[in-house]
Amino acid sequence: MTLKQFMNEAISPWMREEGPDSDIVLSSRIRLARNFSDVSYPILADHEKLEGIRDFIKEEYEHQSFQDYEDFSFISIPDLTAIEKRVLVEKHLISPHLSKSEHAPATIISKNEQVSVMINEEDHIRIQLYFPGLQLSKALEGAFELDDWLEEKINYAFDETRGYLTSCPTNVGTGMRASVMMHLPALAMTKQINRMIPAINQLGLVVRGIYGEGSDAQGNIFQISNQITLGKTEADIIGDLQSVVQQLIEHERNARNRIMEQSGKKLEDRIFRSFGVLDYSRIIESKEAAACLSNVRLGIDLGLIKNVSRNILNELMILTQPGFLQQYAQATLTADERDELRASLIRERLQLEK
Amino acid sequence: MQCQECQQRPATLHFTQVINGTKTEIHVCEVCAKEKGYMTYPEEGYSLHNLLTGLFNFDSAMMESQQSNSYNQVKELKCPQCGMSLSTFKKVGKFGCATCYDTFSERLDPILRRVHSGNTKHYGKIPKRMGGDLHTKKQLESYKAELQQLIEDENFEEAAQIRDKIKALQNQSDGSKAGDDT
Repeated sequence: MTLKQFMNEAISPWMREEGPDSDIVLSSRIRLARNFSDVSYPILADHEKLEGIRDFIKEEYEHQSFQDYEDFSFISIPDLTAIEKRVLVEKHLISPHLSKSEHAPATIISKNEQVSVMINEEDHIRIQLYFPGLQLSKALEGAFELDDWLEEKINYAFDETRGYLTSCPTNVGTGMRASVMMHLPALAMTKQINRMIPAINQLGLVVRGIYGEGSDAQGNIFQISNQITLGKTEADIIGDLQSVVQQLIEHERNARNRIMEQSGKKLEDRIFRSFGVLDYSRIIESKEAAACLSNVRLGIDLGLIKNVSRNILNELMILTQPGFLQQYAQATLTADERDELRASLIRERLQLEK
Repeated sequence: MQCQECQQRPATLHFTQVINGTKTEIHVCEVCAKEKGYMTYPEEGYSLHNLLTGLFNFDSAMMESQQSNSYNQVKELKCPQCGMSLSTFKKVGKFGCATCYDTFSERLDPILRRVHSGNTKHYGKIPKRMGGDLHTKKQLESYKAELQQLIEDENFEEAAQIRDKIKALQNQSDGSKAGDDT
């Protein structure tokens, strides 16, 4: 399989689209946690009952199409190889928790991979919806549509005072986690982000890296999400998140302008050195690749690097993860082999642009 | 505030650890929290579950200190539906079923307040089939709050409109109840 074919299959179709503020916001996600009222949560339920839930939801989605999301495919997680599971996690379609679960875990994914319904994760149902750029309201609208449709068929665990009842009290109430993935190289470079994180935490929001590293986000990609799920409406929660994200966008743009004004040549040098590393290296670790990709993406945003698509950061951040590299090689690889393949895959990907 | 372990990064995690009844305030950055084993670190990043145990223990430490003068053993609380015990809940930070929320309701409010910035009551979406009553009730509550605000602002014109909406909604609600009785 050529790299082009592999990429076409590997990258989620929705990721190719651009959205509002796409230069800084990579994606918006809404996740709703829901449970059946009469079945214990996956942590304690009988396996048979969880299989029943899995089969029931599979049946419901089998012939269902929504206006914007169609052709749902059902995947039973235990049927997958370790590499296939890892790839789904790296694409953010399932959580690491679901990939390791032994409680009849499954997922239902729409053709464009915008919708992923996780079954028997920590809760019976977790509806996830992705949009490119900053589109929280649109994502919430879509999630509510899917939720309303499912609720016609299921008695949800719901309480007037506590809202949607979830396995963990940190999700109770709305059961909603809204998150935005942002590329913030200038705020990271100037170390401003570290000063902002405590202030953002004060507002009931959490800042994480793309793969879990809090203050040391790989590729300068930060995920901002709500911590509070109770006591506010969903619209208020995304409103609060949206306003913080918009402020961060503004700060990032200002920081980029300031760096360009004050040390433009240094920044240009840094960007093109990174470009050179990606273009010529024969061995590259994931951390260095992420840092270089972030610089190249910044170079594209600033108009310094032309003829390379902006999507290169999202694409290569995912394609150079261990699961994807092994899927591409169709083999289990050692860390050294992965570093070699990562370098050659990045070189080949950049050749496609020339 | 600086991380108490590395003295370099800002402390982003603040929690109370209780060991043998002794309370200690912990202020660390995520990197040190992971390295020093203050909490288990799931692959998908730090989650609040890891902090819940500390919160619950803080809770029970408070309770134990209040009861230290009595020799009564606290009976282990268990959910009648799924069998989840309070001690297991404290360990895993997760409920076993929806009934757990009733079973442990007395212990829940302080936890929810801490996790959800002082909130204990849901104001968001209501499932459509949960009966129109709940939707109407919530709508009335929101209209009444709006009415109160408009009166305080001396915006009597809009207040009158909201008052009419309240009346219409109450009439509609009474009508549908009467219909249900027939």
